[in-house]
Amino acid sequence: MTWFKKKEALLDEKAGDALWSKCNACQEIIYKKELERNLHVCPKCSYHFPIPAQKRLAIVTDEDSFEELDRVLSPLDPISFRDLKRYADRLHEAQQKTGLKDAFITGRATIHGSPAMIGVFEFNFLGGSLGSVVGEKIARMVEKAVDEKIGAIIFSSSGGARMQEGILSLMQMAKTSAALSILKKERLPYISVLTDPTLGGVTASFGMLGDIILAEPRAMIGFAGPRVIKETIKADLPAGFQRAEYLLQHGMIDFIIERRKLKATLGKLLALLYH
Amino acid sequence: MVRHYLDFEKPLMDLEREYEELQRFAPRNDTKVSARIEWLEKRIAKVREEIHAQLNPWQRTQLSRHIDRPHTLDYIQLIFDDFIELHGDRGFMDDPAMVGGLARLDGEAVVVVGHQKGRDVKEMGYRNFGMPHPEGYRKALRIMELGARFKKPIITMIDTPGAYPGVGAEERGQAEAIARNLMEMATFPVPIVAVVIGEGGSGGALAIGVGNRILMLENAIYSVITPEGCAAILWRDGTKSSLAAEAMKMTATDLLSLGVIDEIIPEPVGGAHRNYQRAAATVKAAIVRHLEELRDFSEETILSDRYQRFRRMGAFREE
Repeated sequence: MTWFKKKEALLDEKAGDALWSKCNACQEIIYKKELERNLHVCPKCSYHFPIPAQKRLAIVTDEDSFEELDRVLSPLDPISFRDLKRYADRLHEAQQKTGLKDAFITGRATIHGSPAMIGVFEFNFLGGSLGSVVGEKIARMVEKAVDEKIGAIIFSSSGGARMQEGILSLMQMAKTSAALSILKKERLPYISVLTDPTLGGVTASFGMLGDIILAEPRAMIGFAGPRVIKETIKADLPAGFQRAEYLLQHGMIDFIIERRKLKATLGKLLALLYH
Repeated sequence: MVRHYLDFEKPLMDLEREYEELQRFAPRNDTKVSARIEWLEKRIAKVREEIHAQLNPWQRTQLSRHIDRPHTLDYIQLIFDDFIELHGDRGFMDDPAMVGGLARLDGEAVVVVGHQKGRDVKEMGYRNFGMPHPEGYRKALRIMELGARFKKPIITMIDTPGAYPGVGAEERGQAEAIARNLMEMATFPVPIVAVVIGEGGSGGALAIGVGNRILMLENAIYSVITPEGCAAILWRDGTKSSLAAEAMKMTATDLLSLGVIDEIIPEPVGGAHRNYQRAAATVKAAIVRHLEELRDFSEETILSDRYQRFRRMGAFREE
């Protein structure tokens, strides 16, 4: 208890940010270096922290196999949106923070030798929200998968559709789902990996359309956010509601995969589906 | 008839009450009275036009949700013949927030599905305010698949605040149900015409909205999230809905200029609820015209037309 308090105090001070992280699930204070060594998985409760897109790629793809696609796509501000801040400013800040043009990276890679088109969300870019660039990149990567007769894998981590692009964001759900219908028709596999958190329009389109759907342990996955549901039904939510384990129990996903086994499992799945 | 007035319609209320009272109770042959009636008629028409010529997005939102507004079953009754309603998702239950079935449109067999809201307290509860559970989307899909298999055009009517944020809806996979509809609708080799008749709320609306043509009534709205939801998240203040409605560009005019819809269907002055027959006749004429255009398309063209329609949507730059 005292040690815990001491660590808590460490975190509260400014040095905390650089050296220590707090687990979103069990609140444990973890030394950042240790967390990184552990693939950003809490050593105490095995909660899987959101990780930057580049790290995800490094974890799952064969070394030097990833060739990025459509890097040049960048967002516009189609409805000149402004809430408390201008969308244009939010975009600029997110681009500075992440070094990316938008919230999604796509490319071709191999996983234990099996080729696939891969798409990864960057949650740090406006909460991994689905806007026009993300939708376009997904449509292109899926169409390219069809051209090259290989499968597709998408790692989701997103708060949902990007409100700042209005109706055009909603339409990305239809656009990406339509693209996946062609992959399906061509009998090419699509694997969806849901990571913490995956919500809203992302879950309700390509997120839940995988031939195989995997989720990381304890990932929050749903359509409506838990706060909205709680306010609507005016009652407490069941224990573990909208967590990966809960979805598995309700038949919504195929299985839960620990990060350290992710690459090997994806490699096996691709090999089994290809040959 | 008890009329429901929205805040911005209040200038009409006294005029219309007086008009109706005079019509009903005043002596017919009194020239003073008939002069007054005549004046009131003109005045009402003028005030109504003034109000409706400059509606802001929040006022349109209110109109799109007007309690007297015609709902899917009203339009079905006025537009189609031989409507036979079908029920159930064959998995869990029948969702009254989504209706659909087979019908004839000017003699041609078609499939029609749509969200259904209620008009009184009891029916609103029964219809869950037009917010489907997963079973609603699955029922809609099942009925639309009949259209695809038996080669009947599909007409959908969109009118929902959105998917229902509840525990059961999540447990039974509403995200999966919506996603599946989006993917499957992209593969139906028959013409699909979607009409936003009231509220087009988010994924719950889009789940029956993947059409070759998307039409929208003049006072309908279509958005990625409700203005209330958007305000609560981005302004951290649910009462800023009118600002959010403005910012999200969710009116028919906005959507036409963004290339998301094909046509705005005009409503009777004052809104569709002021004249069901006329509103329905205009909606019908628009549906018939678009189906006529799609009739000569081959199956392949129907599919690629729909695919390209959504494939084009989005705003980005390639540098």
